[in-house]
Amino acid sequence: MGWMLIRVWAILVYIFMFLPVAVVVLLSFNASQFGSFPMTGFSFRWFIELANNEAILRAFRTSIILGGLTALVSTTLGVLASLALIRYKVPGQNLISTVLIAPILVPEVVLAVALLLFLNFLSLNKSFALLLFGHVIFTLPFVILVVQARLVGIRRDIEEAALSLGANPVQTFFQITLPLLMPAVLAGGLFAFTISFDDITGTLFWKPGGVETVPTQIFAMLRNSISPEINALGTVMILLTVGLPVLGLAIARWASMKSGG
Amino acid sequence: MTVEAREARQPWILLSPALLVVTLLLFVPLLFIIVYSFWLRTATGADEVGFFLDNWREALGDPFYRDILLNTLKIAAVTTVVCAVAGYPAAYFIARSKGNKALLLLLLMLPFWVSYIIRTMSWINILGVSGALNTFLIWTGLINEPIQMLYNEATVILGLVHFLMPFMILNVFVSLDGIDRNLEDAASSLGATRIQGFREVTLPLSLPGLAAGGLLCFVLAAGTYITPLVLGGPTDAMFANLVFEAIITQLNWPLGSALSLMLLVILGALVLLYNHFLGMAQLMKGLG
Repeated sequence: MGWMLIRVWAILVYIFMFLPVAVVVLLSFNASQFGSFPMTGFSFRWFIELANNEAILRAFRTSIILGGLTALVSTTLGVLASLALIRYKVPGQNLISTVLIAPILVPEVVLAVALLLFLNFLSLNKSFALLLFGHVIFTLPFVILVVQARLVGIRRDIEEAALSLGANPVQTFFQITLPLLMPAVLAGGLFAFTISFDDITGTLFWKPGGVETVPTQIFAMLRNSISPEINALGTVMILLTVGLPVLGLAIARWASMKSGG
Repeated sequence: MTVEAREARQPWILLSPALLVVTLLLFVPLLFIIVYSFWLRTATGADEVGFFLDNWREALGDPFYRDILLNTLKIAAVTTVVCAVAGYPAAYFIARSKGNKALLLLLLMLPFWVSYIIRTMSWINILGVSGALNTFLIWTGLINEPIQMLYNEATVILGLVHFLMPFMILNVFVSLDGIDRNLEDAASSLGATRIQGFREVTLPLSLPGLAAGGLLCFVLAAGTYITPLVLGGPTDAMFANLVFEAIITQLNWPLGSALSLMLLVILGALVLLYNHFLGMAQLMKGLG
């Protein structure tokens, strides 16, 4: 009896989580010229209009370049730092970990304000580089958490075997550690990309005039009214942000199955 | 250089890029806005360097800022409580389900991956004047004219709950999943009813997860900038909106610095309190 109630409650929570998202996808195929109910027919016209919308395409390019660069820088820094923290005895290890995780603990608005005003004080104007720096700083902790969790599970003796067989530390890293760490590197990179791709608060503070990412573009479009195009864009975003991690998960599982035999 | 000395240097070489980035892009800027909050923005738009308390007097004393700060904390608190009350049974269901836990968790994470701005605006499709709910109510004949249900504090909280619920469920799940099932069996074999067993054994053991989820929900809700702009009315501004207003619109950077530091101190105190009693490890478990 009690379990039944809990089960029904859990189903209601899942419906609550999914319903609005499902409605976005549903409405994006609505033939009506207003972005709302009632559904007047099934149509792809809003996706076609989307594909011809120069501003949105530009925002997409910006977001993908920004997300890609963020993932590249964050993952590189994160892998190096994780190696040091897991594979070496470093004095003040806990303090260093806390310092590296700190960007998660600072509210994003505060982080955005501090970085913006500091660079302004240094007479550096808002630029794409500022946007990139900003995204790196708040994705780095997530990459470090993901990579560290995986690195703990890689047995030290495999690396030691390589070293004792005459490989130098750099060779050992590239031929033993990195391949074993690859799923975590990919997962961390994907995580960084998704967070960057989705970010809006920091981006609104940092973006130079005229530069829009996909979320800020959607936000700007919302000011007028909710157009069917936004729902279509939402559907594309859902496919991207849900599809990419699922794809990443699938790749990771496939890779581990292959290596696990 | 000896081998030992080179060995000792290696981790620092690996750590230095990340530490440098965090120091230069986070800690130095934070120190800078502390100093900056004591400068003064003059009528000409230039900053007067010095030690002025004007910004702090305005940020702490002006009832306008104080009211919005209190309201922001209230919204965050309500959001956290709703997430906890609604999310706990769902987390319990996942943790005790005999089915595929991984699949249930993955399902929960799917909306979590959907873009924040999309999830926020999606409520307009549901609650808007020509949204799903109004269309349905008119169709059933319960109402004749659509009702404006959006753009108030309740819809801001609704949007925040929708955004933050997975954080809560995930954290509670992690701690429920870690509880040794034998403890509950022991309680029932000693004569406790299921409800007693839950209250005396399971609930206390899951409190760390509940606290971690609560902290995340509260801190993220209190720092929200977008949700009140999309789902709130003109009077539903939250504290982050004030900060943006001061910095981007009024260009009063010293005042903006003071306001952001206020938010940082309040939310930072909560994080430190949490760390003191429960430690960061619990929080990291839920994030990872």
